[in-house]
Amino acid sequence: MKSYLQLSEVSIDFPTPKGPYRALDKISLDIAQGEFVSLIGHSGCGKSTVLNIVAGLHQATEGGVLLEDREVNAPGPERAVVFQNHSLLPWLTAYQNVELAVKRVFKGQKSKAEMKDWIIHNLTLVNMEHALDKRPDEISGGMKQRVGIARALAMEPKVLLMDEPFGALDALTRAQLQDSIMEIHADLGNTVIMITHDVDEAVLLSDRIVMMTNGPAASIGEILQIDLERPRKRVELSGDARYNHFRHEVLAFLYDRQRKVEEIGTSKKSRETSSSSTTCHAKQA
Amino acid sequence: MKALTLSNISQNPSHFRPTPAQLSKLGRALLLPLIATSLFLFLWYNAAKMIDTSLGQFPGPVEVWEQSGNLVTEHRQERQREVAFIERQEVRNAQILSTNPQADVQIRPYTGKPTFIDQIGTSLMTVLAGFFLASLIAIPLGILIGLNESVYTAVNPLIQLFKPVSPLAWLPLVTMVVSAVYVSQDPAFSKSFITSMLTVMLCCLWPTVINTAVGVSNVSKDLLNVSQVLRLPVMTHVFKIIVPASLPLMFTGLRLSLGIAWMVLIAAEMLAQSPGLGKFVWDEFQNGSSNSLGRIMVAVLVIGFIGFLLDRSMLFLQKSVSWDKTAVLR
Repeated sequence: MKSYLQLSEVSIDFPTPKGPYRALDKISLDIAQGEFVSLIGHSGCGKSTVLNIVAGLHQATEGGVLLEDREVNAPGPERAVVFQNHSLLPWLTAYQNVELAVKRVFKGQKSKAEMKDWIIHNLTLVNMEHALDKRPDEISGGMKQRVGIARALAMEPKVLLMDEPFGALDALTRAQLQDSIMEIHADLGNTVIMITHDVDEAVLLSDRIVMMTNGPAASIGEILQIDLERPRKRVELSGDARYNHFRHEVLAFLYDRQRKVEEIGTSKKSRETSSSSTTCHAKQA
Repeated sequence: MKALTLSNISQNPSHFRPTPAQLSKLGRALLLPLIATSLFLFLWYNAAKMIDTSLGQFPGPVEVWEQSGNLVTEHRQERQREVAFIERQEVRNAQILSTNPQADVQIRPYTGKPTFIDQIGTSLMTVLAGFFLASLIAIPLGILIGLNESVYTAVNPLIQLFKPVSPLAWLPLVTMVVSAVYVSQDPAFSKSFITSMLTVMLCCLWPTVINTAVGVSNVSKDLLNVSQVLRLPVMTHVFKIIVPASLPLMFTGLRLSLGIAWMVLIAAEMLAQSPGLGKFVWDEFQNGSSNSLGRIMVAVLVIGFIGFLLDRSMLFLQKSVSWDKTAVLR
């Protein structure tokens, strides 16, 4: 397997008043082109930080990331991010939000008409062609996330990074979007890294599941290869022995081997910090 | 069928009939301020009767109403005199030209005393010019400070130092600088206009600078990440992300600034004797006729009303450029 995206011995320290806090310790991972990799782990284990390092939003303290043998040290559209809370610009319509990205990436390469077709094409991919002129506050959470995905896909990224893309959605909407993602992945063959909390989601979508140990100094605990043939159908798989075996493996990792003991009072707080970890880490950095 | 008629009503406002609940809401909205205003007028009327000054009794609502009528009449008369003055010159010039076609004739401008209404116009022009100039400086400065922590750290002490300075302290300095620097044979603006405008500008910069800076530095990290991932160029970043995101706070600053500008202007005009409502008030005070207090009271109410209108127009502007139509602006 030739590695397309390579994380080699990535470690990161965040400065704190008590000295540097090591959030990640020697994360090494090789990802092939077209592979769908999920990162799973308990809240606060540094999943988002891994993604932000690949995105270039954070800089690794030690080690580094190579994409097609070139070092990643700044954010860029070839590593598009689907943010957890959609991050659409609220003053732009769905079309304009995608347009901002398309204009930036394809300026000088596509004509105006081609750009327009490309924007509409991408919004159609996520079934949002009916709401081109709607602003984010006029559409539902699931629709916003679809537009966010369309915006990322429209950049034609080498790697698509998704930070708990469906975390804030209800179960039915989440299932619909997971199906959409599987279709798009089958069509376009993107290389994807997805962060998730959801064991079913990880098993259903991924080629490999990377399970992370708890922080501080979190690292990769185990990697699980999901050898289920595609296309995968959630209803058929729910009775499939291999599917349930993979589920069991992930659950066993999370709840037996990496059981996170938290006091009731602090559990809510730690969830909050993990959802805003991007913000607070960035401030620390 | 019922749903159909309902949607028809909502689409066609001419079919709209207010429900009793809406009527009572409208009634309250009109009635409560009406009661409060009547009460105020009653208290004012009675209190005024009890205050005797060296210029006669303090003006009550009735005297003020009469004086406001007088001020408008005086303005009309002044305009008529101006027209008559110009006409007389034209007639005379025509006579001269009929005897000697080569004669060099000219029309002298009317130099009557500016009326109350002229002074309102002057003050409005000055405040808008000063405010516009201040915004032109304050918004870019605020954006720069908000974007860059180092600039903020560098400039913050200066802002804090100049923010609380009263306009009256600036005024002598501005006056001297303007008379030294603004020297021209045929000035487009009078010196007094420039002086008042600059004083207004210096005092009303700060709320816009500070609020814009706060707005810019509080733009959501998520939106900044989007901008970073897209590698937006600086100008696109500022105009597509930073400015729209900080618009609400920017407008808060602009409205505060305009309010300060209007207050500062009246004080500056009073002290500097430059044309405007402030000078009108001071002149009436110096004049000391039995009508003076009533006329000053008219000016007070007009100043308040114009301040209110200025704020409403900023609010209107904010509503028209705001992207968040659900936000409650008041």
